[in-house]
Amino acid sequence: MSATTPTAAEAELALQAKQTVTRSKGYWAGVLKRLRRDPLTILCGLVLLLMLLAIVFAPLLAPHEPFQGSMIRRLKGIGTPNYPLGTDELGRDMLTRLLYGGRLSWFMGITPVVLAFFIGTVLGVLAGFAGGKINMAIMRTTDVFYAFPSVLLAVAISGALGAGIMNAILALTLVFIPPIIRVAESVTTGVRNLDFVDAARASGASAFTIVRVHVLGNVLGPIFVYATSLISVCMIVASGLSFLGLGTKPPEPEWGLMLNTLRTAIYVQPWVAVLPGVCIFVTSICFNLLSDGLRQAMDVKA
Amino acid sequence: MFFYLIRRILYAIPIALAVGFFCFMLVQIAPGDPINAIVPADAPGDVVEQVRRDYGLDKPLPIQFGLWLMKVVQGDLGRSLATGRSVWSDLSGAIMNTLRLALVASVAGFVMGCVLGGLAGTFRGSFVDRAAVGVAVAGVSVPHYWLGMVMVVIFSVQLNWLPAMGAGPGGSSDWAWDWEHMQHLVLPAVTLAVIPMGIVTRTVRGIIAEIMSQEFVTALRGKGLTRGRIFVHVVKNAAPNALAVMGLQLGYLMGGSILVETVFSWPGTGLLLNNAIFQRDLPVLQGTILVLAMFFVTLNLCVDLMQTALDPRIKRA
Repeated sequence: MSATTPTAAEAELALQAKQTVTRSKGYWAGVLKRLRRDPLTILCGLVLLLMLLAIVFAPLLAPHEPFQGSMIRRLKGIGTPNYPLGTDELGRDMLTRLLYGGRLSWFMGITPVVLAFFIGTVLGVLAGFAGGKINMAIMRTTDVFYAFPSVLLAVAISGALGAGIMNAILALTLVFIPPIIRVAESVTTGVRNLDFVDAARASGASAFTIVRVHVLGNVLGPIFVYATSLISVCMIVASGLSFLGLGTKPPEPEWGLMLNTLRTAIYVQPWVAVLPGVCIFVTSICFNLLSDGLRQAMDVKA
Repeated sequence: MFFYLIRRILYAIPIALAVGFFCFMLVQIAPGDPINAIVPADAPGDVVEQVRRDYGLDKPLPIQFGLWLMKVVQGDLGRSLATGRSVWSDLSGAIMNTLRLALVASVAGFVMGCVLGGLAGTFRGSFVDRAAVGVAVAGVSVPHYWLGMVMVVIFSVQLNWLPAMGAGPGGSSDWAWDWEHMQHLVLPAVTLAVIPMGIVTRTVRGIIAEIMSQEFVTALRGKGLTRGRIFVHVVKNAAPNALAVMGLQLGYLMGGSILVETVFSWPGTGLLLNNAIFQRDLPVLQGTILVLAMFFVTLNLCVDLMQTALDPRIKRA
């Protein structure tokens, strides 16, 4: 056989490589195409992007200092000259504090989900792929955490540890690991029994290679989509912890904490007092809709 | 079937034990010596040592857990650091208040969710469907403590229709089912009902749509049954799942009402927890969480058993 003509096996390989490339490109092109036909998801993405830019560039955009208050201009209404969104109970500019407050609220809403995504995926894939006793150990531990309503679990852990951002993030991460483990375990179990995993095993691939090449590629998508849907919940619970005085401490601006300190002002400036909640609501609903849109575009079941 | 019931009940025991262990550990993971959860910080040293021996806190952790468990099983949850009263005496009243609020809220949320979800599932793709989906998404995305504040602003501050605080006239704690008391329940219950409403709407819409697409519905329609008669069949098939979701929601509301109770100063477990956190009253925190979690475990068990009993198709071995 001459060197220029490929063997049948090589030709097969080349064809396969070509096919996988076009197919994976086709999948993402399809996802993009479906996303583009979904105006609501795009709108939510844009709103979130604008919010992200606004809180990242808060020092440039904010008209005032976030910590500087004044007793003579406490609780001004919305539309006061120089203070477009009014002032809070210590005379600090609301717009400025909402911009700065978003930083911590977003940080506390996203970090636990990201951490839980990594830890939960590792444990869930391990449980699903290894099966047997390892699966039992991991999944039965998960069941225990399911015996607590999520808000109660977060309050219990951060209540025992005491107030503080790190404690709140730790508590929230622990809250979101079990649901991610459950999803990761169920999709991994589904993939593990498919023919191509058997084929890979028969061709001598190690367990690590099978997981890395064949399993992760198929399970990361669904787990990721599920994790994005948790950001909305995490944002609400994280701000809720601050609302209870368990997250950030004053005078640090954070939407949940601002809502709490402004509670006394609802008889004076009701519409200023509820503004931080509007921010939480908009962020949370946008993440929820974005996650729904992603789920549909990526064609993920469950 | 019988063996399934037995197994399901037996399975709840290790879960309950693990939940107990978790609550026991809450005091252990708290910064500082666990002894601080029993004696005040300013107690003299020899008293602290005496209490440490009396409570067995000088023994290894597993034995401590055993001792603690013995007490809990006998109904002794320890004493509050702040008031000195037994935790259970404060907790029993608070639990009833929370249960009352959560029960009313989950029934209200369930009814609204069934109506919305039923309409949306039946008229797939219509205006009603889109509106219901919108309401459902808003319901699960809204920070309910904020919604409570907005409710207070609208109905108490602006319109002055309903009271904003407490559970009875003049801060009284004795409950009665009359308007004087019930008007205090309206705002917190409606606020709390929004979450189960969103979740039940989503679930019921999904279930109804799935059932409507099954062959037996086409067959019923082919037999010439009226819409009303078909609806009865669909409801029969949807009920077990919908009721299960509602049962779990009651549990979630029992634990999740802490924020709403704080907003409305509702004298339930949420307010108790909030005060315990504020005063770092660890026995109260531990006891409240333990009782709420045990309630949730029991509820989970009941929902599973009820679902098996209601749905003859579930023949679990």
